[in-house]
Amino acid sequence: MAAGILTALEAMTGAAADELAALKLEAATQEFSTIVTTHRPQIFRFLLASTRDVDLAETLTQECFLKAHRNWSSFRGESSAMTWLMRIAINLQKDHWRNRRMQFWRHTRTNAVDLDEASDWLPSGERTAEQRILAKEQVSQVWRAVKELSERQRTVFMLRYVEEQELSEIARATGLSEGTVKAHLSRAVGRVRAQLGGKR
Amino acid sequence: MRFMGLFGKKRDRVETSAEPDLAGADEALEQALKNFRQSVLAWSEAEFGRTRPAEKTLRERSWRLAAGWALSVVLVAGSVSGGVYDRHRRAEMAKAAAAAQAARQQRAVAERQAREDEEDLLAKVDSDVSKEVPSAMEPLAQLMAEDDSR
Repeated sequence: MAAGILTALEAMTGAAADELAALKLEAATQEFSTIVTTHRPQIFRFLLASTRDVDLAETLTQECFLKAHRNWSSFRGESSAMTWLMRIAINLQKDHWRNRRMQFWRHTRTNAVDLDEASDWLPSGERTAEQRILAKEQVSQVWRAVKELSERQRTVFMLRYVEEQELSEIARATGLSEGTVKAHLSRAVGRVRAQLGGKR
Repeated sequence: MRFMGLFGKKRDRVETSAEPDLAGADEALEQALKNFRQSVLAWSEAEFGRTRPAEKTLRERSWRLAAGWALSVVLVAGSVSGGVYDRHRRAEMAKAAAAAQAARQQRAVAERQAREDEEDLLAKVDSDVSKEVPSAMEPLAQLMAEDDSR
């Protein structure tokens, strides 16, 4: 009799544990879904700005969230989800360029848009034609300067001036010290300034 | 999960410096960076909102891959068949040249043989003719032989 009750209790406990695990999984899935919806545009934007390649940015964004999903259970929340995702995106981008260099014969073609085309994008604000031409010229010059930056400088520059992240966030996302981030940023801005100065 | 730092290896080599103070920087730089950000945001927003069916891209890539393979196969097949044809042509030419050489040699041997036969024939005719014609000194020789016998 007692053994039967014990078995029944064990079965109930097992069912409850399974139910709890299912609920946890569902909650995690829902949470990750929210993360994707919230941060996907930002990750895509960073990758697009870094690569100037829409298809590549889309592919790397998908890979980023796929990797994040696989490792979601191990995310402990030590940094923000955005910083964690950005770190994955940066690593994926780095891996992509490394593979491209090593296997150049596989990827000889790039879909990156040229600088003039990238400079065509301007918000349709209340500007005069002259202001728009000036803005386009400025954007073009910044793209030219960005093109000459090293991979590190470009990453830091994009995170600071496109994503408007704090230096501490950039340091966490890139794995650099804040001082190093400042140094890279200083050089990147210096190059942009020189490029703009050369055209004025 | 532990992620490796992107630039962790060279962390200590880059000297630190103060953050660029854009507040004091010239207005043009600030404006340019602002425009740049707005431009990237506008571009990203437009591309992100655009529907890009993944299967189309996949299909295009598959098509390109297939076309690349097909082209490669055609090139390889062309090279191989060209090589085989060239080799075959060279073999044929060598065979024809050898046959021509043999024919030339046979012709030369035949000509030499004919020439020798002709020379033999002429020699024989000369010999026969010379035997039939009497010697011019023969009557005198006969007379001298008769005198001696007397």
